[in-house]
Amino acid sequence: MYLSSIFASPERVTRLIEIGKNSFQPLLEGAIAYTIPLTLISFICGLALAIFTALARISGNKILQTIARIYVSAIRGTPLLVQLFIIFYGLPTIGVIIDPFPSAIIGFSLNVGAYASEIIRAAILSIPKGQWEAGYSIGMSYSQTLKRIILPQASRVSLPPLSNSFISLVKDTSLASMILVTEMFRRAQEIAATNYEFLLLYTQAAFIYWVICFMLSIVQGRIERRLDRYISS
Amino acid sequence: MINIKDLHKQFDQLKVLKGINLEVGKGKVVVVIGPSGSGKTTLLRCLNVLEQPTSGLLAIGDQVLDFSQQVTKRQIPPFRRLTGMVFQNYNLFPHMTALENVMEGPVTVKGEPKETAKEKGEMLLRKVGLADKIGFYPFQLSGGQQQRVGIARALAMEPKVMLFDEPTSALDPELVGEVLKVMKDLAAEGMTMMVVTHEMRFAREAADEVIFMDGGIIVERGKPEQIFSSPKEVRTSQFLNLIQ
Repeated sequence: MYLSSIFASPERVTRLIEIGKNSFQPLLEGAIAYTIPLTLISFICGLALAIFTALARISGNKILQTIARIYVSAIRGTPLLVQLFIIFYGLPTIGVIIDPFPSAIIGFSLNVGAYASEIIRAAILSIPKGQWEAGYSIGMSYSQTLKRIILPQASRVSLPPLSNSFISLVKDTSLASMILVTEMFRRAQEIAATNYEFLLLYTQAAFIYWVICFMLSIVQGRIERRLDRYISS
Repeated sequence: MINIKDLHKQFDQLKVLKGINLEVGKGKVVVVIGPSGSGKTTLLRCLNVLEQPTSGLLAIGDQVLDFSQQVTKRQIPPFRRLTGMVFQNYNLFPHMTALENVMEGPVTVKGEPKETAKEKGEMLLRKVGLADKIGFYPFQLSGGQQQRVGIARALAMEPKVMLFDEPTSALDPELVGEVLKVMKDLAAEGMTMMVVTHEMRFAREAADEVIFMDGGIIVERGKPEQIFSSPKEVRTSQFLNLIQ
């Protein structure tokens, strides 16, 4: 009874191919117009936030440390979907109304900021103390040493885990569909709602996510090779 | 050139320096010897404030830091620029080539134009015998070569005083000579130097004065020939017997 639907008739195959062809373009548009920009903007903002948070954590300032600690704990301790709902559906209650796309950017940036700050903190701490001292010994200030000496080396250490975060973020952007961002997955839902081909549409969306992530891992490999040029193999 | 008055350094409960008084004239080479834990490296690191002294006074040239008063963060970098530091483990910047290591200070700290810094960097690397290694990364260089880049990097900031913290201790024996030669050349040019080392031959040949430290104080100081052949203090002769 249920199995019969698997053995498709020739007409059904034709219909599936037709729908697949027609839906590919809107899905890709969703990826290009929303999924990819959402990922890129959120990751860049999140990374900036992460660097500040990591520096606050390793600074001697107790107040900054505490603020950073609470931020990281709150973001890591609550579900991303709930955070997005608070920003988009919750904040209007107190008069703060933010459009879907910026809401998503804020939510994802805060999320990346918290997780990546731990990666960056660990990477900074992994650089030998002698590197700081060498920077200071030629007259550099804290910020000059950080920018010129420590962060370039820490970036090499943190690249693999940061790439992990980036790839997770690509897929997490599908959650933005829940706050009305018409990104790729929401388009798949909308198209499937008209023709009931859920398996086809969701598989198509999954495939495009996979292709994006696959390309990203190739880029990661290239950057890693570039950053590894000063390390003996 | 260097003037140290009643310098104390304490790590928590541990007193490492217990009142150091020392004057080093311009162009003089002072070698500091002593058993491990005697405070000789701490003394050197206090001179460029990598360790902040607990109390006392430091003067290099006409610049003075008085640690009995509050020393602000702003005062430290300009004072550090008066000294060049050479580390036991070289501490070269691994993500930069030899030339970039040497150029870093002049470009980032002094704001020199890249062209000028490059010329100076090439000149300094030639001087330490590494003209053919300019574009090499630290991992492509031997320990002796890395340490010579370290010396060139410190010299690029045109310091008034060079500090050497056991510069040859991490080197294979056959590489020690090339580093000592660069240091001797530097001494001959009239650079004021303070060297913590276990190389007694260097002390004999290049030092104007040898200082023996133990237990956080200067036990004895004098001309190398006097210290090595007829030390006045028992502790000095005991130490010299142990290492020779």
